[in-house]
Order: sequence, then structure tokens, then C-alpha cells
Amino acid sequence: MESGTTLSAGMRAERRLRPSRWTELRRRLANMVAMTLISLATVVVLIPLGAVLWYTIGEGISGLTWDFFTHLPTPVGEPGGGMANAIVGSGIVVGLAALVAIPIGILAGIFINEYARARLATVIRFLTEVMLGLPSIVLGIFAYAVIVKPMGRFSAYAGAVALSIVMLPIVIKTTEEILHLVPQHIREAGLALGIPQWAVVVRIVLRAAARGIVTGILLAVARAAGETAPLLFTALNNRFWHAGLDQPIATLPVQIFTYAVAPYDDWHRQAWAGALVLIMLVLVLSILLRLVVSRTTFDSEQ
Amino acid sequence: MITPEHQHSIPEQSSSLAEQTDDATEISDHGWNERYRIVTENLSVYFDSKPAIRDISLPIRVNKVTAIIGPSGCGKSTFLRALNRLHEIQPNARVEGRILLDGINIMDLDPTVVRRRVGMVFQKPNPFPAMSIFDNVVAGLRFNGIRKRTVLAEIAEDALRRAALWDEVKDRLRAPATSLSGGQQQRLCIARALAIEPEVLLMDEPTSALDPIATAKIEELIYELKKNYTIVIVTHNMQQAARVSDYTAFMYLGELIEFDKTRNIFTNPSKRQTEEYITGRFG
Repeated sequence: MESGTTLSAGMRAERRLRPSRWTELRRRLANMVAMTLISLATVVVLIPLGAVLWYTIGEGISGLTWDFFTHLPTPVGEPGGGMANAIVGSGIVVGLAALVAIPIGILAGIFINEYARARLATVIRFLTEVMLGLPSIVLGIFAYAVIVKPMGRFSAYAGAVALSIVMLPIVIKTTEEILHLVPQHIREAGLALGIPQWAVVVRIVLRAAARGIVTGILLAVARAAGETAPLLFTALNNRFWHAGLDQPIATLPVQIFTYAVAPYDDWHRQAWAGALVLIMLVLVLSILLRLVVSRTTFDSEQ
Repeated sequence: MITPEHQHSIPEQSSSLAEQTDDATEISDHGWNERYRIVTENLSVYFDSKPAIRDISLPIRVNKVTAIIGPSGCGKSTFLRALNRLHEIQPNARVEGRILLDGINIMDLDPTVVRRRVGMVFQKPNPFPAMSIFDNVVAGLRFNGIRKRTVLAEIAEDALRRAALWDEVKDRLRAPATSLSGGQQQRLCIARALAIEPEVLLMDEPTSALDPIATAKIEELIYELKKNYTIVIVTHNMQQAARVSDYTAFMYLGELIEFDKTRNIFTNPSKRQTEEYITGRFG
């Protein structure tokens, strides 16, 4: 009997807490409205991405011929030809820029998060953010003044310098942010094993952060590959294969720009094809790098 | 008021009196001697010039388990982390006093050497992410320059056996360490610490994140390990201190209140604060 009374007391309490029919209905409605809004917002965000892809594929696919990848541009008025020089050129300029920006950026990110005192770290972080906000055309003008003018000509080097300044703050910022997410107790565990600090950072912390850092590198490469403004003043353009890294060089974005503003239909078609190639390059690169990282996350020694 | 318990405890007390005086002389002798692995002398740690522990002088006996108990925030972990110079990674921490490891001031040694000799197991199991079970165990060796696979494999098996984990993981050494259960991860962390052959094992509440079964396993392990290692364990759990330790230090508000054989601390503490804490009247 006693247990019966306590049970009914419990049931009374439960009944008291149970929402009324109306409250329940209201909650369910609120939930539905919120879910609909969230889903709609997601769709709205994805629309531009889908539209850009769809439109670029629609316009560009017809221009993607074998010739497009293997031939130089034809003289004005002559149909056919391709953007082989610009594709290779973009690869060279972005590659050179990455070669400079990625190691420096990662090291700077490591310095900010692992070694710098709080105040210094704050200052560098702030400067990085300022750098991130600089319009890319300013970086082009900077590279023009510092490299193109003294050298007396446009060159792949100048383009690479401009692009590396575009990439640098992105790499620094993502590296630093990802390292910040690696819990402190992981570092302590490493140090407590008598591992020197540099080895803790390189072998344990960086490894734990590898995936995020690769994402940062990808962001930087993708951003640099699509930059046009800094290259206009630095790498300029070239209708032929480049004659050396100290010479003007063709790049995809500048070539696309040049072709897109020209009055020829065939060039417009090729500009679209170029845009499609640019998107695909970034896409393929991200997928590849992601595969590599997920495979090497464990057991790098075997 | 004389309770039956008090009456009962009188004969015991007198019988342990001889031992107690013996310990008292040992303990008051703060200088290092070969019975002690570590001796701290007037150890104080400050964070931003605020003292966290003050004037702790504590001898830690070779191949014994020394438990440090006390309420939250009393400086137990701070004391423990001073013993392997882990405070140095915090720029706002300052350590005063001396810590002698086998008679040598640890500040005269390289921090990596100190930490190799004084291993540590943390409160939360913290295996290295993105590393396999095997890589975790040999991390301390590999990143200190030992690279021969056969050597590493041998040491890894030995360390995992001593940490009572070998049978559970021998078929999946290549699996990520994070795929293990919490209790297994903690034993993995113990194996990782043992792999570099330390003399001392510091354990900072090693079972507070584990369930009772995993806790029992770790406690059994501690009992096994003290044959070969000097263990200092910080614990919130007084039953645990009573079960696993030979000596117990009670800390309160950053100070060492009492240090004695565990039996004496739990049956016949000499300080009122110790007794109140142990009987659950505060803390």
C-alpha cells in the first residue's frame, strides 16, 4: 500500500509537469517552423554554388576539347587553339607561391600558437588579419613596385610573390587556429614523456592538426589560383609558352579575363572552358589532398 | 566523550607506537637518503605571484605508493606537476624550493631527462590522437631517437604487458588509440609512461574519469607496479588512497598538513584537520 501511495505521488508530479495539449501543439509547431527555416537557409546557401557550377558546366563543356588542353592560343581571328600555356603557367605561378607561402605560413602559425608570448601572439594575429583583409589588387601593385620595376619586366617570379602574399595570411591563420584546437593535455602528455618541445610540436601536435592544416593550404591554393588582379601587374600574360621564370607568363585567370572581354564568340567559349577547368582543378585538388590526409592520419611509419 | 570505537582503538594505537616514532624520525629527516627517491624541500609554486602551494617538504620513498589527498584546489596537482617540471610550460608559474631526485636537484638536470625519469599519468586518458595503439606506446622512445623496429616492438609488448593491456590489444596494435575504451586508454597511457623506463610514476587522479571496474583494474595495476616503481598518486577518493598507498600526505589550502604512513593517517591522524577531512566533515 505504501509503495502505491508513493507511486501515485510520483504520477501526480509527472502529471503536473506534463505540458497541456495546447503547449504541446505550440511546441510542435515552433519546431516545425524552425526546421523549415533552417532547411530553407541551407538551400539558399547552396543555390549560388549549384548555379555557378551548373552555368559554368553548361557554357564551358563544349569548349573542353583535346586542343584546349594541348594547344597554344591561335592568332586573333583564327578559330581553334587552346589554353595549354595558361594552364601550365597557373600551375607554375601558384606552385612557386605555395612553395614560399606554405612553409613560412605553417612555421609562423606554429610560432604564434606554440612559442610566442601572449602579447606578441596577439600583435602578430592582428597583423595577419589586416593582411587577410588587404585587397588583392594592392598586393599586385606592391609586387609591381618591389619586383617588376627593379627587374624592368613582368615575370612569373613577380606573380608568385604577389600570390604568396595572398596565401600567407590564410595559411598562418588556419594553422594557428587549428593548433589552438589541439588540447593542451596532448602537449603535456608529450612533454611528460621527456620528448623535447620541438618534437612534441612537430611529431604530435602537427600530426593531430594535419587535417585542418591541409584544409587551410587548400583554401589558400584555391584562392591564389583564382586571383586575377595581382597577376595583371606582375605576371602579365603571354600568348606563347613562357621563356623563363623571369619572363611574362600566361595564367588561367588572366587568360579568362582577356578572352572574356574580347569580342569573339570562340574566345568567350574558351573563357568559359577555362573557368570550368579552374573550378575542376580546385575540386580535384581538394579531393586528392583529403584522401592523402585521411590515409596518413594513422601509422605514418609503415 | 568516550565512544566504543575510541576504546577499541587504544590497544592498536599503543602497538603501532614503536613504528610511529620510527617513521617520525624518518619523516622529520628532510635531507635526501637512499630510502627516498624524491625529496622536496620548502617547495612553493606561484601562479602570477599568487601562491598555490607553500613550503612543502615531503620525502617520497623508493618503491612505495605515496598518496596525496585533500579537498579540491588544495594544490595536490600543482605539487605533482612540480615533480616533473611541468610547470615550466606555463609562463606565469614560478617554482621555489628544491626537489631532489636521487639526491640531485632536478633544476640541475635537463627537463627532458627529469621527465624521462619521472613519468606521468593524467586525470583524463590522453592518448595521442591520430596515432595507433603501438605508436602511442613507443612515442616516448621514437621521438627520443630509438628507431629500430624490433627494439620498439619488444619494448611495446613489455610495457603493454606490465600495464595489463597486452591481451586486450595484441591483435589490433595498428588500430587508432582512440578506439579503445576509457579504461583501456588509461592503461595505454600507463604503458606509454612505462615504456621509457621511468623510476617514478606520477598519477594525477588516474581513475576519476573511469567506471568502477576500470578503476579496480588500475588499482590492481598500481599494486603490481610498486614492486619496481616509486608511485605518487593524487586522489580525491579517500578509499582509494587507503587501498593503494603506503604513505599519505594530506594537503589543505596549499599547505602540507600531515604526512604519515597511510595506516596512521586513516586510523589515528595527529591533526584535527586531517581527521575532519577523513571523516567527511569538510572537503
